[in-house]
Amino acid sequence: MLKKQSPSPETAGEMLVEMHNAGVSRSGRWLVRGVDLSVRRGEIVTLIGPNGSGKSTTAKTAIGVIQPNEGHVHRAPGLRVGYVPQKVAIDWTLPLTVERLMTLTAPAGSAEIKAALAAAGVAHLAGRQVAALSGGEFQRALLARAMLRKPDLLVLDEPVQGVDFTGEAALYELIREIRDRTGCGILMISHDLHIVMADTDTVICLNGHVCCRGAPQSVMDSPEYRKLFGTRAAEALALYRHHHDHTHLADGRVRHADGTITEHCHPEDGHHHHDHACASDTPAKGANNAR
Amino acid sequence: MLDDFFTRALVAGVGLALVTGPLGCFVVWRRMAYFGDTMAHSALLGVALSLVMEINLMVGVFLVAALASVALIIMERRRALSTDALLGILSHSTLALGLVMVAFMTWVRVDLMGFLFGDILAVSKLDIAVIYGGGAVVLGLLIWLWRPLLAATVNTDIAQAEGLKPERSRLIFMLLMAAVIAIAMKLVGILLITALLIIPAATARRFAGGPEMMAVLAAIAGALSVIGGLTASLQFDTPSGPSIVVAALALFLVSLMPSPRAGTDDRATETKP
Repeated sequence: MLKKQSPSPETAGEMLVEMHNAGVSRSGRWLVRGVDLSVRRGEIVTLIGPNGSGKSTTAKTAIGVIQPNEGHVHRAPGLRVGYVPQKVAIDWTLPLTVERLMTLTAPAGSAEIKAALAAAGVAHLAGRQVAALSGGEFQRALLARAMLRKPDLLVLDEPVQGVDFTGEAALYELIREIRDRTGCGILMISHDLHIVMADTDTVICLNGHVCCRGAPQSVMDSPEYRKLFGTRAAEALALYRHHHDHTHLADGRVRHADGTITEHCHPEDGHHHHDHACASDTPAKGANNAR
Repeated sequence: MLDDFFTRALVAGVGLALVTGPLGCFVVWRRMAYFGDTMAHSALLGVALSLVMEINLMVGVFLVAALASVALIIMERRRALSTDALLGILSHSTLALGLVMVAFMTWVRVDLMGFLFGDILAVSKLDIAVIYGGGAVVLGLLIWLWRPLLAATVNTDIAQAEGLKPERSRLIFMLLMAAVIAIAMKLVGILLITALLIIPAATARRFAGGPEMMAVLAAIAGALSVIGGLTASLQFDTPSGPSIVVAALALFLVSLMPSPRAGTDDRATETKP
């Protein structure tokens, strides 16, 4: 059985999924390219990036929903995946209670189902039709379903979408709890470019390729952050400021920090570690919007 | 008991409805009504080809319907045209091709109306055996496929990520559809097969709290439609196939009536983001 693992990447457990220089192209265009990524047992990896930056594509490639067109993906043999996709549209014509949703991909005992629903805080919704749930309730139900599988790897594509701010903090708290209790690895996509879970071990910023990666910087003491989100949320949320060493120009070329301009930004161009303090007068958002 | 033509028709029709009900639920859930129609229309091309190549009609219809569905999946992947337009092209061109080919075959007497609208009153004991044998196989496979197919219907990516092979489920489902069309053609005809798939399932939706219950209720609704339609057809001397569909429609309309407890909340949201 899985035992509780230390969350820090240095001491984290076995490798669950590894991507080497993975790229996915559709109709002659690269959706994402040159992605190196790994998730270990007990580790939380968060993908951030603007719309269309290939976050979902990367996550789907990691779990084998999409086959990479270049590079390769290695998954641990017999890897159990629990997946919460970005969009789940359930046709009204399909009657489905929350309870029935729990056993969608695998059978489970009613006690287990009750426990998973209770852990996700939706035990009272067991008999409700899925189509009648609110956005936040539905997200929790989907999370309970994915968690019920006792996955080795939990993949959450924007798990807090459609959830208000208080609910968001509570959901992040729940996700952390799942990791602590089961020791699974978590690959998560953040719906917000700048907000990631405080417990994230590695943040990877995508923009068609890996722009940068690193541990999230704690900004709980930052006055802007407290002003924006309040002190109570600081426990569960962190602001990850990322510093770009290159800018995507309008014509598709890339200007690097040293002023040179190249045709492409190779994956290795974007790698740097966040051992330095980010200059707070150059908001990261600006660098991203330059595209 | 099976010596009476009307009893044979009832037994055959109910046997078919027990299969089309559950299968039809997936047609409704997956929004494949037009797809089913297209496969059914291609059956006439199957009839014509089997007559030319002198093979068993059911085998010919099954093969052509299966081929049509595979062709559709391939064309869909190329994304040249919308699925809707592709279905329209395939549906009517296979029907027209079948009609033209049958017209050319002056050496065989083809009961075109029989193929288009069915002739349930003419079923033989052998037909009944085929319906129940084939139907049992289709239902058995559907039960075996139930979880992966339902998961793929709810969300293909979840099914794929969690190891349930949605593409395989989809392919087997298509083959089951082709088999049911081949079995059902003689009973209700090419033009009305989809009605037996969709209308009972739609009727069942109103009263079902879960997918399994909906499948059972659809089978019951289908069987009631067959019994009601055939009885009415005997009573009023109306064509049997269309009468069954009219009976199914009547049941569906009844299901739309507001219930006394006015539980309308389940219709409030059509989809969830």
